[in-house]
Amino acid sequence: MHRFSREQIAARVAQDIPEGAYVNLGIGLPTKVANYLPADKEIFLHSENGVLGMGPAPAPGDEDEDLINAGKQPVTLLAGGAYFHHADSFAMMRGGHLDICVLGAFQVSATGDLANWHTGAADAIPAVGGAMDLAIGAKQVFVMMEHQTKSGESKIVSHCSYPLTGIGCVNRIYTDLAVLDVGEHGLIVREIVDGLSFEELQKRTDAPLLHAA
Amino acid sequence: MINKINDSLEQAVAGIHDGATVMIGGFGNAGMPAALIDALIAQGASELTIVNNNAGNGDTGLAALLKAKRVRKIICSFPRQTDSHVFDALYRAGEIELELTPQGNLAERIRAAGAGIGGFFSPTGYGTMLADGKETRLIDGRHYVLESPLHADFALIKALRGDRWGNLVYRKTARNFGPIMAMAAKCTIAQVAEVVELGQLDPETIVTPGIFVQRLVQTSQQESK
Repeated sequence: MHRFSREQIAARVAQDIPEGAYVNLGIGLPTKVANYLPADKEIFLHSENGVLGMGPAPAPGDEDEDLINAGKQPVTLLAGGAYFHHADSFAMMRGGHLDICVLGAFQVSATGDLANWHTGAADAIPAVGGAMDLAIGAKQVFVMMEHQTKSGESKIVSHCSYPLTGIGCVNRIYTDLAVLDVGEHGLIVREIVDGLSFEELQKRTDAPLLHAA
Repeated sequence: MINKINDSLEQAVAGIHDGATVMIGGFGNAGMPAALIDALIAQGASELTIVNNNAGNGDTGLAALLKAKRVRKIICSFPRQTDSHVFDALYRAGEIELELTPQGNLAERIRAAGAGIGGFFSPTGYGTMLADGKETRLIDGRHYVLESPLHADFALIKALRGDRWGNLVYRKTARNFGPIMAMAAKCTIAQVAEVVELGQLDPETIVTPGIFVQRLVQTSQQESK
Protein backbone atom coordinates (compact mmCIF):
# COMPACT_ATOMS: atom_id res chain seq x y z
CA MET A 1 0.00 0.00 0.00
CA HIS A 2 1.17 3.50 -0.83
CA ARG A 3 1.72 5.97 2.01
CA PHE A 4 2.62 9.64 1.91
CA SER A 5 6.13 10.30 3.16
CA ARG A 6 6.65 12.92 5.85
CA GLU A 7 7.87 15.28 3.15
CA GLN A 8 4.71 14.66 1.11
CA ILE A 9 2.50 15.34 4.14
CA ALA A 10 4.37 18.61 4.70
CA ALA A 11 3.92 19.57 1.03
CA ARG A 12 0.20 18.75 1.25
CA VAL A 13 -0.26 20.96 4.36
CA ALA A 14 1.58 23.80 2.61
CA GLN A 15 -0.98 23.74 -0.23
CA ASP A 16 -3.70 24.78 2.24
CA ILE A 17 -1.88 27.85 3.54
CA PRO A 18 -3.03 30.95 1.61
CA GLU A 19 -1.08 34.09 0.91
CA GLY A 20 -1.25 36.59 3.75
CA ALA A 21 -1.82 33.97 6.45
CA TYR A 22 -0.16 34.38 9.86
CA VAL A 23 1.08 30.88 10.65
CA ASN A 24 2.83 29.10 13.50
CA LEU A 25 4.58 25.82 12.69
CA GLY A 26 5.08 23.67 15.77
CA ILE A 27 8.40 22.06 16.59
CA GLY A 28 9.31 18.73 15.02
CA LEU A 29 7.50 17.47 11.92
CA PRO A 30 5.48 20.69 11.26
CA THR A 31 8.72 22.65 10.79
CA LYS A 32 9.08 20.85 7.44
CA VAL A 33 6.03 22.69 6.06
CA ALA A 34 8.17 25.83 5.73
CA ASN A 35 10.20 24.10 3.00
CA TYR A 36 7.11 23.77 0.81
CA LEU A 37 5.57 27.24 1.11
CA PRO A 38 5.60 28.71 -2.41
CA ALA A 39 8.19 31.44 -2.85
CA ASP A 40 5.77 33.63 -4.79
CA LYS A 41 3.31 33.92 -1.88
CA GLU A 42 3.87 36.14 1.16
CA ILE A 43 3.10 34.08 4.28
CA PHE A 44 3.99 35.34 7.76
CA LEU A 45 5.65 32.78 10.01
CA HIS A 46 5.33 33.36 13.75
CA SER A 47 7.58 31.85 16.40
CA GLU A 48 6.52 31.77 20.05
CA ASN A 49 9.82 33.23 21.25
CA GLY A 50 8.97 36.62 19.78
CA VAL A 51 9.32 36.83 16.02
CA LEU A 52 7.02 37.42 13.05
CA GLY A 53 8.34 37.22 9.51
CA MET A 54 10.72 34.38 10.26
CA GLY A 55 12.91 33.33 7.34
CA PRO A 56 14.78 30.12 6.53
CA ALA A 57 17.84 28.74 8.29
CA PRO A 58 20.97 30.87 7.81
CA ALA A 59 23.90 29.79 5.67
CA PRO A 60 26.56 27.90 7.66
CA GLY A 61 28.68 30.45 9.52
CA ASP A 62 25.91 33.08 9.57
CA GLU A 63 24.13 31.71 12.65
CA ASP A 64 23.23 34.24 15.36
CA GLU A 65 22.61 32.86 18.86
CA ASP A 66 20.15 35.70 19.49
CA LEU A 67 17.97 34.74 16.51
CA ILE A 68 16.39 31.32 17.04
CA ASN A 69 13.03 29.59 16.59
CA ALA A 70 10.86 27.74 19.10
CA GLY A 71 12.96 24.63 18.59
CA LYS A 72 16.03 26.74 19.50
CA GLN A 73 17.50 26.33 16.01
CA PRO A 74 19.09 29.34 14.25
CA VAL A 75 16.80 31.15 11.80
CA THR A 76 16.75 34.43 9.86
CA LEU A 77 14.40 37.41 9.72
CA LEU A 78 12.76 38.54 6.48
CA ALA A 79 12.68 42.23 5.55
CA GLY A 80 9.56 43.55 7.30
CA GLY A 81 9.88 41.06 10.18
CA ALA A 82 9.50 42.11 13.81
CA TYR A 83 10.61 41.13 17.31
CA PHE A 84 8.44 41.37 20.45
CA HIS A 85 8.37 40.08 24.01
CA HIS A 86 6.79 36.85 25.23
CA ALA A 87 3.51 38.28 26.56
CA ASP A 88 2.84 39.91 23.17
CA SER A 89 3.84 36.74 21.36
CA PHE A 90 1.33 34.64 23.30
CA ALA A 91 -1.31 37.36 22.99
CA MET A 92 -1.01 36.76 19.25
CA MET A 93 -1.82 33.09 19.83
CA ARG A 94 -4.37 33.23 22.63
CA GLY A 95 -6.02 36.34 21.23
CA GLY A 96 -6.98 34.56 18.01
CA HIS A 97 -4.69 36.60 15.76
CA LEU A 98 -2.93 33.66 14.14
CA ASP A 99 -4.77 32.19 11.17
CA ILE A 100 -3.27 28.71 11.24
CA CYS A 101 -1.07 26.64 13.46
CA VAL A 102 0.32 23.27 12.45
CA LEU A 103 1.05 20.79 15.25
CA GLY A 104 2.22 17.23 15.64
CA ALA A 105 0.19 14.84 17.78
CA PHE A 106 0.19 11.56 19.72
CA GLN A 107 -3.60 11.32 19.31
CA VAL A 108 -6.55 13.28 17.95
CA SER A 109 -10.12 12.39 18.89
CA ALA A 110 -13.23 12.33 16.69
CA THR A 111 -14.32 15.61 18.30
CA GLY A 112 -10.99 17.33 17.74
CA ASP A 113 -9.43 16.83 21.17
CA LEU A 114 -5.65 16.96 20.91
CA ALA A 115 -3.02 15.04 22.90
CA ASN A 116 0.51 16.02 21.99
CA TRP A 117 2.50 17.09 25.04
CA HIS A 118 2.87 14.22 27.50
CA THR A 119 2.72 10.46 27.34
CA GLY A 120 1.67 10.32 30.98
CA ALA A 121 4.29 7.64 31.63
CA ALA A 122 5.35 7.57 35.28
CA ASP A 123 9.03 8.27 34.60
CA ALA A 124 8.44 10.92 31.91
CA ILE A 125 9.46 14.49 32.73
CA PRO A 126 6.50 16.62 31.65
CA ALA A 127 7.19 19.62 29.39
CA VAL A 128 4.39 21.60 27.77
CA GLY A 129 5.99 24.72 26.31
CA GLY A 130 3.56 26.63 24.09
CA ALA A 131 1.53 23.61 22.94
CA MET A 132 -1.60 24.37 24.98
CA ASP A 133 -1.63 28.03 23.97
CA LEU A 134 -1.26 27.18 20.28
CA ALA A 135 -3.93 24.48 20.43
CA ILE A 136 -6.66 26.81 21.67
CA GLY A 137 -5.48 30.06 20.14
CA ALA A 138 -5.16 29.87 16.38
CA LYS A 139 -8.25 30.31 14.17
CA GLN A 140 -7.50 26.96 12.53
CA VAL A 141 -5.49 24.10 14.01
CA PHE A 142 -3.99 21.61 11.56
CA VAL A 143 -2.45 18.39 12.85
CA MET A 144 0.07 16.40 10.84
CA MET A 145 1.06 12.95 12.00
CA GLU A 146 1.36 9.31 11.02
CA HIS A 147 -2.07 7.68 10.85
CA GLN A 148 -0.95 4.77 13.03
CA THR A 149 1.75 4.16 15.60
CA LYS A 150 4.70 1.94 14.75
CA SER A 151 2.85 -0.97 16.35
CA GLY A 152 -0.21 -0.31 14.15
CA GLU A 153 -2.54 1.42 16.61
CA SER A 154 -4.70 4.21 15.26
CA LYS A 155 -3.66 7.69 16.39
CA ILE A 156 -7.16 8.89 15.50
CA VAL A 157 -9.39 7.74 18.36
CA SER A 158 -12.86 8.14 19.82
CA HIS A 159 -11.38 9.45 23.07
CA CYS A 160 -7.74 10.33 23.73
CA SER A 161 -6.01 8.07 26.24
CA TYR A 162 -2.98 10.38 26.56
CA PRO A 163 -3.22 13.57 28.65
CA LEU A 164 -5.01 16.31 26.70
CA THR A 165 -3.45 19.46 25.27
CA GLY A 166 -6.76 21.05 24.32
CA ILE A 167 -10.43 20.14 23.93
CA GLY A 168 -12.20 20.24 20.57
CA CYS A 169 -9.47 22.39 19.07
CA VAL A 170 -8.35 20.47 15.93
CA ASN A 171 -9.90 21.44 12.58
CA ARG A 172 -8.03 19.29 10.07
CA ILE A 173 -5.80 16.20 10.21
CA TYR A 174 -3.14 15.32 7.62
CA THR A 175 -1.72 11.81 7.84
CA ASP A 176 0.28 9.48 5.64
CA LEU A 177 -3.05 7.91 4.56
CA ALA A 178 -5.63 10.67 4.40
CA VAL A 179 -6.79 14.25 4.95
CA LEU A 180 -9.70 14.53 7.37
CA ASP A 181 -11.80 17.41 8.67
CA VAL A 182 -13.21 17.46 12.18
CA GLY A 183 -16.88 18.17 11.44
CA GLU A 184 -19.86 18.80 13.66
CA HIS A 185 -20.99 15.19 13.28
CA GLY A 186 -17.61 13.48 13.14
CA LEU A 187 -14.54 13.01 10.99
CA ILE A 188 -15.04 13.76 7.32
CA VAL A 189 -12.68 12.11 4.85
CA ARG A 190 -11.49 14.67 2.27
CA GLU A 191 -8.72 12.73 0.57
CA ILE A 192 -7.34 9.20 0.68
CA VAL A 193 -3.96 8.06 -0.56
CA ASP A 194 -4.07 6.29 -3.96
CA GLY A 195 -4.92 2.61 -3.76
CA LEU A 196 -6.66 2.70 -0.36
CA SER A 197 -10.45 2.42 -0.14
CA PHE A 198 -12.67 4.23 2.36
CA GLU A 199 -13.38 0.90 4.05
CA GLU A 200 -9.68 0.08 4.33
CA LEU A 201 -9.03 3.53 5.81
CA GLN A 202 -11.85 2.96 8.30
CA LYS A 203 -10.23 -0.33 9.39
CA ARG A 204 -7.08 1.60 10.28
CA THR A 205 -8.97 4.32 12.16
CA ASP A 206 -10.39 3.95 15.69
CA ALA A 207 -13.23 6.41 15.18
CA PRO A 208 -16.17 6.44 12.74
CA LEU A 209 -15.43 8.14 9.42
CA LEU A 210 -17.89 10.03 7.26
CA HIS A 211 -17.90 10.44 3.49
CA ALA A 212 -17.47 13.97 2.24
CA ALA A 213 -20.80 15.32 1.01
CA MET B 1 22.33 62.27 40.10
CA ILE B 2 20.66 58.94 39.59
CA ASN B 3 23.00 56.23 38.47
CA LYS B 4 21.73 52.62 38.45
CA ILE B 5 24.95 51.29 36.97
CA ASN B 6 26.91 48.92 39.19
CA ASP B 7 30.66 48.67 38.79
CA SER B 8 30.82 44.91 39.21
CA LEU B 9 28.72 41.78 38.79
CA GLU B 10 29.32 41.06 42.48
CA GLN B 11 27.77 44.39 43.42
CA ALA B 12 24.90 43.83 40.98
CA VAL B 13 23.74 40.61 42.67
CA ALA B 14 24.34 41.74 46.26
CA GLY B 15 21.41 41.20 48.61
CA ILE B 16 19.78 38.27 46.84
CA HIS B 17 18.72 36.33 49.91
CA ASP B 18 18.25 32.64 50.67
CA GLY B 19 14.70 31.60 49.73
CA ALA B 20 14.24 34.45 47.22
CA THR B 21 12.10 34.08 44.10
CA VAL B 22 14.33 34.97 41.16
CA MET B 23 13.14 35.34 37.58
CA ILE B 24 15.80 34.61 35.00
CA GLY B 25 15.31 35.80 31.43
CA GLY B 26 16.05 33.81 28.32
CA PHE B 27 14.59 31.20 26.00
CA GLY B 28 17.19 28.48 25.86
CA ASN B 29 20.45 30.38 25.63
CA ALA B 30 19.02 33.41 23.79
CA GLY B 31 18.71 36.20 26.35
CA MET B 32 20.02 34.12 29.24
CA PRO B 33 22.01 36.45 31.54
CA ALA B 34 24.96 34.08 31.95
CA ALA B 35 27.27 36.58 33.67
CA LEU B 36 24.65 37.43 36.31
CA ILE B 37 23.90 33.74 36.91
CA ASP B 38 27.60 33.03 37.41
CA ALA B 39 27.73 35.96 39.84
CA LEU B 40 24.70 34.56 41.70
CA ILE B 41 26.42 31.18 42.02
CA ALA B 42 29.51 32.91 43.46
CA GLN B 43 27.31 35.02 45.77
CA GLY B 44 25.95 31.85 47.36
CA ALA B 45 22.20 32.41 47.83
CA SER B 46 20.34 29.11 48.17
CA GLU B 47 16.85 27.62 48.54
CA LEU B 48 15.86 29.76 45.56
CA THR B 49 12.65 29.58 43.56
CA ILE B 50 13.57 30.15 39.92
CA VAL B 51 11.21 31.30 37.17
CA ASN B 52 12.47 30.64 33.62
CA ASN B 53 11.00 29.17 30.46
CA ASN B 54 13.32 26.18 30.66
CA ALA B 55 15.33 24.39 33.32
CA GLY B 56 18.84 24.84 31.99
CA ASN B 57 20.84 23.50 29.06
CA GLY B 58 24.18 21.72 29.17
CA ASP B 59 26.28 22.52 32.24
CA THR B 60 26.50 26.32 32.19
CA GLY B 61 24.21 29.20 33.16
CA LEU B 62 20.97 28.08 34.80
CA ALA B 63 22.09 24.43 34.63
CA ALA B 64 25.17 25.38 36.69
CA LEU B 65 22.98 27.09 39.31
CA LEU B 66 20.89 23.91 39.56
CA LYS B 67 24.00 21.75 39.71
CA ALA B 68 25.29 23.84 42.63
CA LYS B 69 22.09 22.80 44.50
CA ARG B 70 20.90 26.37 45.03
CA VAL B 71 17.42 25.86 43.64
CA ARG B 72 14.53 24.45 45.69
CA LYS B 73 11.82 24.95 43.09
CA ILE B 74 11.54 25.86 39.43
CA ILE B 75 8.52 27.37 37.70
CA CYS B 76 8.80 26.82 33.94
CA SER B 77 7.06 25.58 30.80
CA PHE B 78 9.60 23.32 29.16
CA PRO B 79 12.14 21.64 31.43
CA ARG B 80 12.83 18.59 29.27
CA GLN B 81 15.34 19.10 26.48
CA THR B 82 17.98 17.02 24.81
CA ASP B 83 20.66 18.59 27.03
CA SER B 84 18.73 19.18 30.28
CA HIS B 85 20.57 16.38 32.10
CA VAL B 86 21.26 18.44 35.25
CA PHE B 87 17.56 19.16 35.82
CA ASP B 88 16.51 15.65 34.79
CA ALA B 89 18.77 14.05 37.41
CA LEU B 90 17.65 16.39 40.21
CA TYR B 91 13.97 15.90 39.31
CA ARG B 92 14.22 12.12 39.19
CA ALA B 93 16.04 12.15 42.54
CA GLY B 94 13.23 14.25 44.03
CA GLU B 95 15.67 17.07 44.83
CA ILE B 96 13.84 19.84 42.99
CA GLU B 97 10.19 20.85 42.89
CA LEU B 98 8.65 21.56 39.47
CA GLU B 99 5.67 23.84 38.81
CA LEU B 100 4.84 23.28 35.14
CA THR B 101 2.95 26.12 33.47
CA PRO B 102 1.91 26.48 29.82
CA GLN B 103 4.25 29.02 28.27
CA GLY B 104 1.62 31.65 27.49
CA ASN B 105 0.16 31.40 30.98
CA LEU B 106 3.68 31.74 32.38
CA ALA B 107 4.26 34.91 30.34
CA GLU B 108 0.86 36.38 31.22
CA ARG B 109 1.23 35.53 34.93
CA ILE B 110 4.52 37.44 34.90
CA ARG B 111 2.99 40.36 32.97
CA ALA B 112 -0.03 40.41 35.30
CA ALA B 113 2.20 40.70 38.36
CA GLY B 114 4.03 43.62 36.79
CA ALA B 115 0.77 45.29 35.82
CA GLY B 116 -0.90 44.94 39.21
CA ILE B 117 -3.50 42.41 38.08
CA GLY B 118 -4.77 40.08 40.82
CA GLY B 119 -5.51 37.14 38.51
CA PHE B 120 -6.93 36.45 35.08
CA PHE B 121 -9.05 33.90 33.25
CA SER B 122 -7.11 32.11 30.51
CA PRO B 123 -8.54 29.61 28.01
CA THR B 124 -5.17 27.85 27.85
CA GLY B 125 -5.07 24.52 29.64
CA TYR B 126 -8.81 24.23 30.25
CA GLY B 127 -9.77 20.57 30.65
CA THR B 128 -6.18 19.42 30.94
CA MET B 129 -4.25 18.05 33.92
CA LEU B 130 -2.42 21.40 34.22
CA ALA B 131 -5.71 23.01 35.23
CA ASP B 132 -6.59 20.36 37.83
CA GLY B 133 -7.97 21.95 41.00
CA LYS B 134 -8.10 25.45 39.52
CA GLU B 135 -11.20 27.63 39.47
CA THR B 136 -12.88 27.75 36.06
CA ARG B 137 -15.52 30.01 34.55
CA LEU B 138 -17.72 29.97 31.46
CA ILE B 139 -17.58 33.42 29.84
CA ASP B 140 -19.54 34.10 26.64
CA GLY B 141 -19.65 30.40 25.83
CA ARG B 142 -15.95 29.73 26.34
CA HIS B 143 -14.25 27.96 29.25
CA TYR B 144 -11.46 29.70 31.17
CA VAL B 145 -9.10 28.83 34.02
CA LEU B 146 -8.21 31.29 36.79
CA GLU B 147 -4.47 31.97 36.76
CA SER B 148 -2.57 33.89 39.42
CA PRO B 149 0.06 36.60 38.99
CA LEU B 150 3.68 35.57 39.42
CA HIS B 151 5.77 38.02 41.45
CA ALA B 152 9.49 37.90 42.13
CA ASP B 153 11.97 39.39 44.54
CA PHE B 154 14.60 39.72 41.82
CA ALA B 155 14.81 39.43 38.03
CA LEU B 156 18.07 38.78 36.21
CA ILE B 157 17.81 39.76 32.56
CA LYS B 158 20.04 40.45 29.58
CA ALA B 159 19.70 43.42 27.24
CA LEU B 160 21.81 44.94 24.49
CA ARG B 161 22.10 48.56 25.62
CA GLY B 162 21.11 50.53 28.68
CA ASP B 163 21.62 53.97 30.22
CA ARG B 164 22.16 55.09 33.83
CA TRP B 165 18.40 55.57 34.32
CA GLY B 166 17.80 51.92 33.45
CA ASN B 167 16.23 52.31 30.00
CA LEU B 168 16.84 49.18 27.92
CA VAL B 169 16.81 47.91 24.37
CA TYR B 170 17.26 44.25 23.49
CA ARG B 171 18.67 42.23 20.62
CA LYS B 172 16.52 40.06 18.31
CA THR B 173 14.83 37.04 19.96
CA ALA B 174 16.98 37.53 23.07
CA ARG B 175 14.24 39.97 24.17
CA ASN B 176 11.75 37.17 25.03
CA PHE B 177 10.92 37.31 28.78
CA GLY B 178 13.16 40.29 29.65
CA PRO B 179 10.62 43.14 29.43
CA ILE B 180 7.88 41.37 31.42
CA MET B 181 10.21 39.97 34.09
CA ALA B 182 11.59 43.49 34.57
CA MET B 183 8.02 44.60 35.38
CA ALA B 184 7.27 41.73 37.77
CA ALA B 185 10.26 41.85 40.14
CA LYS B 186 10.85 44.16 43.10
CA CYS B 187 14.48 44.47 42.01
CA THR B 188 15.44 43.98 38.37
CA ILE B 189 19.09 43.55 37.52
CA ALA B 190 20.08 43.84 33.85
CA GLN B 191 23.36 42.85 32.27
CA VAL B 192 23.99 44.91 29.14
CA ALA B 193 26.64 44.72 26.45
CA GLU B 194 26.89 48.49 26.23
CA VAL B 195 26.12 51.41 28.53
CA VAL B 196 25.22 54.58 26.66
CA GLU B 197 24.71 58.21 27.69
CA LEU B 198 21.24 59.49 28.56
CA GLY B 199 19.50 60.52 25.34
CA GLN B 200 21.43 58.09 23.17
CA LEU B 201 18.59 55.55 23.18
CA ASP B 202 15.81 56.73 20.87
CA PRO B 203 12.85 57.36 23.24
CA GLU B 204 10.50 56.03 20.53
CA THR B 205 12.20 52.63 20.58
CA ILE B 206 13.06 52.08 24.26
CA VAL B 207 11.54 48.67 25.07
CA THR B 208 11.89 48.68 28.87
CA PRO B 209 11.57 52.12 30.47
CA GLY B 210 13.95 52.67 33.41
CA ILE B 211 11.18 52.61 36.04
CA PHE B 212 11.26 48.78 35.75
CA VAL B 213 15.02 48.47 36.24
CA GLN B 214 16.89 48.97 39.52
CA ARG B 215 20.46 47.89 38.65
CA LEU B 216 22.55 47.59 35.49
CA VAL B 217 25.94 46.10 34.95
CA GLN B 218 28.01 46.10 31.79
CA THR B 219 29.50 42.84 30.61
CA SER B 220 31.98 42.34 27.81
CA GLN B 221 30.63 42.54 24.25
CA GLN B 222 31.84 38.99 23.72
CA GLU B 223 29.81 37.69 26.60
CA SER B 224 26.65 39.70 25.97
CA LYS B 225 26.42 40.39 22.28
